[in-house]
Amino acid sequence: MKVGLFIPCYVDQFYPGAAIATLCLLEKLGVEVVYPPKQTCCGQPMANSGFEHLTGDCNELFVKNFAEFDYIVAPSGSCVLHIRDHLHDDKHPEAAKNISHRIYELTSFLIDVLKVENLPARFPHRVGLHQSCHGQRGLHISSMTELVAPEFSKPGSLLKMVADIDLVDLNRKDECCGFGGTFCVTEEAVSVKMGKDRVADHLKHDVSYITGVDMSCLMHMEGILKRQGSNVKVIHIAEILNAG
Amino acid sequence: MTEHSTKEHSELAEDFIKDEDRVDWHDETLWFIRQKRDKAAHQLPEWEALREAASQIKNNVLSNLHDYLLQFERNAVANGIEVHWAADAAEHNQIVQRLLNEANVVRMVKSKSMLTEECGLNEYLAKQGIEVIDSDLGERIVQLAEEPPSHIVLPCIHKKKEEIGEIFHQHLGIEAGISDPQFLTETARQHLREIFLTRRAALTGVNFAVAETGEFVVCTNEGNADMGAHLADIHIASMGIEKLIPKKKHLGVFLRLLTRSATGQPITTYSSHFRTPRDGTKIHVILVDNGRTVQLGRKDFRNSLKCIRCAACMNTCPVYRRSGGHSYHTAVAGPIGSILAPNLDMEKYADLPFASTLCGSCSNVCPVKIDIHEQLYKWRQVLVKNGYTPKAKKAGMQVMTWTLSSPSLYQAAGKVGRWVIKYAPFAVNNKLNPWHKQRDMPESPEWSFNVWYKQNRKNDEQ
Repeated sequence: MKVGLFIPCYVDQFYPGAAIATLCLLEKLGVEVVYPPKQTCCGQPMANSGFEHLTGDCNELFVKNFAEFDYIVAPSGSCVLHIRDHLHDDKHPEAAKNISHRIYELTSFLIDVLKVENLPARFPHRVGLHQSCHGQRGLHISSMTELVAPEFSKPGSLLKMVADIDLVDLNRKDECCGFGGTFCVTEEAVSVKMGKDRVADHLKHDVSYITGVDMSCLMHMEGILKRQGSNVKVIHIAEILNAG
Repeated sequence: MTEHSTKEHSELAEDFIKDEDRVDWHDETLWFIRQKRDKAAHQLPEWEALREAASQIKNNVLSNLHDYLLQFERNAVANGIEVHWAADAAEHNQIVQRLLNEANVVRMVKSKSMLTEECGLNEYLAKQGIEVIDSDLGERIVQLAEEPPSHIVLPCIHKKKEEIGEIFHQHLGIEAGISDPQFLTETARQHLREIFLTRRAALTGVNFAVAETGEFVVCTNEGNADMGAHLADIHIASMGIEKLIPKKKHLGVFLRLLTRSATGQPITTYSSHFRTPRDGTKIHVILVDNGRTVQLGRKDFRNSLKCIRCAACMNTCPVYRRSGGHSYHTAVAGPIGSILAPNLDMEKYADLPFASTLCGSCSNVCPVKIDIHEQLYKWRQVLVKNGYTPKAKKAGMQVMTWTLSSPSLYQAAGKVGRWVIKYAPFAVNNKLNPWHKQRDMPESPEWSFNVWYKQNRKNDEQ
């Protein structure tokens, strides 16, 4: 099995630690991972702003980078959802369709494809799990409180495999943090208020870390935590699953 | 045609958020209703099947609207109801005025109808010298306060009981400083009783109109639609043409979903069926298009017309709960309003589809399974293509796509970006950067992952 590693642009630039942990974790689990170095972005920031029609070149580049792999894995629910729903390439429509079907967010790849049942990880800290909306409601990596359906959580199951972790239950299990891509600057006031409220739920439960599958939500909450002078840290789920 | 502000959603939201205690209270109040909705839904194992059934029934209605409308008209007329057709808001308002003029009525009582808010009926009739009193408690309060409703089910959810006491003190003559809900409700009840007894015309909305029988159903918790309609000589019922359902048996699906979704109640207190006018009285139904057939013609947006106005999407929306209904500057606020309003006026409502994080909670609670968040995304594409977007944003986007479609440019830009944050934070950490106003920037790492990988892993493809 040959896996292409897709590292979202802002993770590449600002959170290389999350990317390194993803790579090392997959390698630890015996997967052959290749990182195509000429990758950039999935195109979501443009598309969500209404400029999907300008994402053609981005799409073409994505298809060129990832067409050859059995699976494509990324440490992000949001970018994967965008590729799943919106990747298209007029010159290589089949290749684009194939990629949409073979791209996985990291935790669903671990649970659904690798069928991971235990992990050699240890993380002796109190942790809150933020359910990022695109992974949860878009990719269905967890059950959703709105629906009358059986409960499950792929990231939650994986975190439970980690030794000595103390995972808290939040008051609002799956409310949006307010990042929302360009929403975080175009609707700054609402975005920040949503972020403050989400962070407060974690702080109420006395966590030391907030984790999640999307670094973008975590970056937003980190910005708020730091401004508040909090010692609570954000950490990508890959870094916990690869810890110890 | 509610009072429109020239401010956009983000600015109106910012104004609302300045009073953080109030926002917290507003958020908690609506979240409480969302939790009641969850509890009610989870008591029905068949909940998701009900939603699916409702969605399919409404899809059938939208696909056969022409036939169902004619069937409804035929059966309603046979029942003794007079049916009128209004192409737009103006025609609707003129029909109401004409019916009132013909009966020499200058004072009317009206129960909740978001359609009449959409049409600006109260303002129109006021200009013609006709007084309208809203009989829904929440609507009466905002009417006295000279504000539009901020929520389609809970019109004055933005007001605290102390403020309501003050409004009643000013307008209904109670002592100052009263905030006891029971006292305030009794005050409103006595005030409205006099209205019900003296008005000869009553206007109601319509929740469901049954094509098969020509009857219509009005749902209220206060019984105010019934009080108005039963005591008046003329009952005018205004309905959007999408309110139809094919058969009476389908009501079972919708009545079970409606109030569970709206407030967590198993059913509305009053679900009143109107079929035939009493002797000596008249029932008029006005079937209103006002842009609905245009929306029906938009493939990506037509199923927004499935909406049964339960407001579950508003109660669950994390943006709505923190920005308040008035920030949407349209009669129907929240996620559903944001996909309905651009159909009526793209320029005026271009901001609304962007007033969302696309979190998807709205689509999950929708009892008729409207893909609300996907339509928000699609409206963004339509609005941008039609030129309703700031030019600066467009130029920025073009630079962004250009950078992100070129690996070398991207790496270079990333290097500059990280360098700027590390060595010249003042360049980004200032008031011109909306991120930094209330959030710190991420720390700038020494290396990108791309650089790290080149140094730490062999890669044949390089």
